[in-house]
Amino acid sequence: MTRTSLLLGATALAMVPVAALADAHSTRGSSGHLNIIYWQAPSTLNPYLSGGTKEVESSSLILESMARFDDTGTMVPWLAESIPTVENGGISEDLTSITWTIAEGVTWSDGSALTPADFIFTWEYCTHPEGGCAQASFFDGVTSVEAVDDRTVRVNFGSATPFPYTAFVGSESPVLQAAQFAECLGARAPECTDANFGPIGTGPFVVDEFRPNDVIELSANPNFRFPDRPYFGTVTFKGGGDATAAARSVCETGEFDYAWNLQIDPTILAGMAAQGNCEVVVAFGTSVERLHLNQTNPDPALGDMRSTVAGGPHPFLTDPIVGQALSMAIDRALLTEIGYGAGGQATCNVLPAPELYASTANDACLVQDIPGAIALLDANGIVDGDGDGIREYNGIPLRVLFQTSTNAVRQDAQALIKQWWAEIGVDAELRNIDASVFFGGDPASPDTFQKFYADIEMYTNNFAGVDPQAYMASWLCSDIPGPDSQWQGSNIQRFCSPEYDALVAEMAGTADLQERGRLAREMNDMIMQSYSIIPLVHRGGVSAHAASIDGIRMSDWDSELWNIMDWRRAD
Amino acid sequence: MLTYTIRRLILAIPTLLFISFIIFLIVKLSPSDPTAGLPLTIPPEVREQIRQSLGVNDPILIQYFKWLKLMMWDEPLHLIEGWTGWNVAPEGGARIISYQTRSPVMELIVQRMPQTLWVVGTSYIVGILIALPLGIISAYKQYSIFDQVGTFVSMVGFSVPTFFTGVLFIVIFAVNLGWFPSVYNTTHVVTDWDSFIVQLKQIIMPVMVLGLYNASQISRYMRASMLDNLNQDYVRTARAKGLNEKVVVLVHVLRNSMIPVVTVIALNIPAVFGGAIITEQVFKVNGIGQLLIIAIQGGDVPVVQTVSFIFAVLIVLFNLLADVLYGVLDPRIRYD
Repeated sequence: MTRTSLLLGATALAMVPVAALADAHSTRGSSGHLNIIYWQAPSTLNPYLSGGTKEVESSSLILESMARFDDTGTMVPWLAESIPTVENGGISEDLTSITWTIAEGVTWSDGSALTPADFIFTWEYCTHPEGGCAQASFFDGVTSVEAVDDRTVRVNFGSATPFPYTAFVGSESPVLQAAQFAECLGARAPECTDANFGPIGTGPFVVDEFRPNDVIELSANPNFRFPDRPYFGTVTFKGGGDATAAARSVCETGEFDYAWNLQIDPTILAGMAAQGNCEVVVAFGTSVERLHLNQTNPDPALGDMRSTVAGGPHPFLTDPIVGQALSMAIDRALLTEIGYGAGGQATCNVLPAPELYASTANDACLVQDIPGAIALLDANGIVDGDGDGIREYNGIPLRVLFQTSTNAVRQDAQALIKQWWAEIGVDAELRNIDASVFFGGDPASPDTFQKFYADIEMYTNNFAGVDPQAYMASWLCSDIPGPDSQWQGSNIQRFCSPEYDALVAEMAGTADLQERGRLAREMNDMIMQSYSIIPLVHRGGVSAHAASIDGIRMSDWDSELWNIMDWRRAD
Repeated sequence: MLTYTIRRLILAIPTLLFISFIIFLIVKLSPSDPTAGLPLTIPPEVREQIRQSLGVNDPILIQYFKWLKLMMWDEPLHLIEGWTGWNVAPEGGARIISYQTRSPVMELIVQRMPQTLWVVGTSYIVGILIALPLGIISAYKQYSIFDQVGTFVSMVGFSVPTFFTGVLFIVIFAVNLGWFPSVYNTTHVVTDWDSFIVQLKQIIMPVMVLGLYNASQISRYMRASMLDNLNQDYVRTARAKGLNEKVVVLVHVLRNSMIPVVTVIALNIPAVFGGAIITEQVFKVNGIGQLLIIAIQGGDVPVVQTVSFIFAVLIVLFNLLADVLYGVLDPRIRYD
């Protein structure tokens, strides 16, 4: 044996304890390979060019932001050292700027340092007028982003912003590398295919290969700031197929370790999970399946004026008594059980979370009360005068056109609701419209949810992040869609109340969290008691992972893969 | 024959222009919106900016001519550059860009082609290999047990949809028996025997599902064509000359019966390139068919337009090829 090999042998012996430690699945790459399936495939890895959930979540393995939201909706510092607040001086007293400090030692996966210049560039990239940036709303109100020193970035707002955690927070507005995207500003953004398909990031993984709408191969970032993580060395992120097949590949064949968005028949999913190969995980955010009751008149006889403020109020849905009776007749628990299983909870609020903002004033609606609804209508003189089984309101029969998007769960719900309403003397005509048309927003189409050429419509909406200010401002009088605004506007049910508008303005100027909570609850109750929105189901994200994976803390407030660096394969 | 071919090729140009315009109008005038699939949390102003940056709001005719120019001039140049390495394409020039991926559509198509050819192409060959003997024997032994069973199987194969047989195969062979994967790995590269076996395992289910369907169709043509010929006078003559049965059936009858079958096979080849939308979706093959369906769902006009146009070109070309083959196989047919 030569001297060199002796030395090598000694080194090998010295390595033994380290190797033993490594066995405990606590080093980078020690958990081996992870297979993720998203049945909708990501089409790009640049979340600024496509706002879809699939793109945002897949790119969250690579791109990161200053702070992320954990499974409880709490902000955790990510690239930043800490969360800036007014108390620690991170947010200016007049609420017009927020100063972030980048944690020490953060580098891009190519080894270069993360600097304030990257944040400034990201802001320029997304706010470029020709870029068509899908996440532009995260930079709303930002007037400038500036470097204070090598590790400090200040975001300045044009006016007092009580909740400044928008730009560079969460998975939708991560930081891009200025060096890589420098040539991709504005109209040139789509020319940078290589950068869009393989962004350099600070995250736990780097892209080895990206095939749009098909598959992503990733491996652990060698320059990741936590030397022991990610525990998985490589990841395959496959797209395609459908939700049932994705569930099957995790729970039955075991080919995949994690499947996303399993909105399938709850009994089928429960049956698959019962085999013991997988665990179903649910995270609740702010999505609420709800009915919107048109407050304007959708009568086709009005022509261009239908469903506009100019066309006049709805003949009976503006009366809260009618809305209340419709709401009381609905068995939310049954709708949830049939359509959503573990992925839903009955709710009586359009703003169901975070906890601080959730009102408890409307919880009576959780129990179906058909006799109560009948009594309520009778007591208010809304009775069936001509004996055809349908009540009249000032001589107008309670017949409604009830529309939603085409989707098996929604059509089941429609049929059930129609039946309950028939029991209280309200006749519903059902209609469903292809989702791409219904949500398409084409001002020329009569079938969009914004045009609302119907009496009642059902869909799900939510808000990104944890702050409801912008969401609650959806129902301002000025946000009613109409022909003058190309039918844009978020006040879909055409609710209008000066007191409500005043509350929205008050919230925009209030920084105290408890006070904001009170205002949000009050606004929620005001909408609920107007019965212009009838909430049905608080919907959560449903995913499944192989029983052998540990460390998953699914969050609906951020990318559900937000903490993938902590995932590991159990022994 | 040559002048005929040239005449047909020249006639194909206005046909294709017309087809491309109609496809464009159908896709463009349908109520689809590239931002429809985005979460509702993205506000309308941002959506409008996205549409603006995609050029969705340009006048329809301008959009069409832009596409036509790129399709007829720039894209072929890029293709030539890709194949030969000659520097002919305009540097940093415009390409047909997908709304969804913001990358050149042609690169998407090139990326999707291998798995589509592997799966759909193999299934077509398998289908033909099953169909020809099946059709020949069924016709030769008409109304025998073999014929009855063959007819039954091909009727089943023809009428049961692939989304049913596909899922059935997955449940039996992937879930219960665990023999084959239910998800196709498009990044798998065949380098040696072992990786070939892996490839074989992952294509076998989609190939059998599609192969069954193709075989049912072609075997019916083969059987009918054989039956037509078996009763002809020349067959009786051949037998009377004392030729043995094998020569009569496999040389005389088969050659004549193949004429219509070959054209049917040729006419169906474009469908191979078109992929199999449903089967690709079921087995997550992510080929051309899946590209097309995702583009339709996402309102991705450039992809739908380009893929459909390439189909149209292939269909026109293979129609011509079938006509020419007809002339080659049957000396009685002359076009000049």
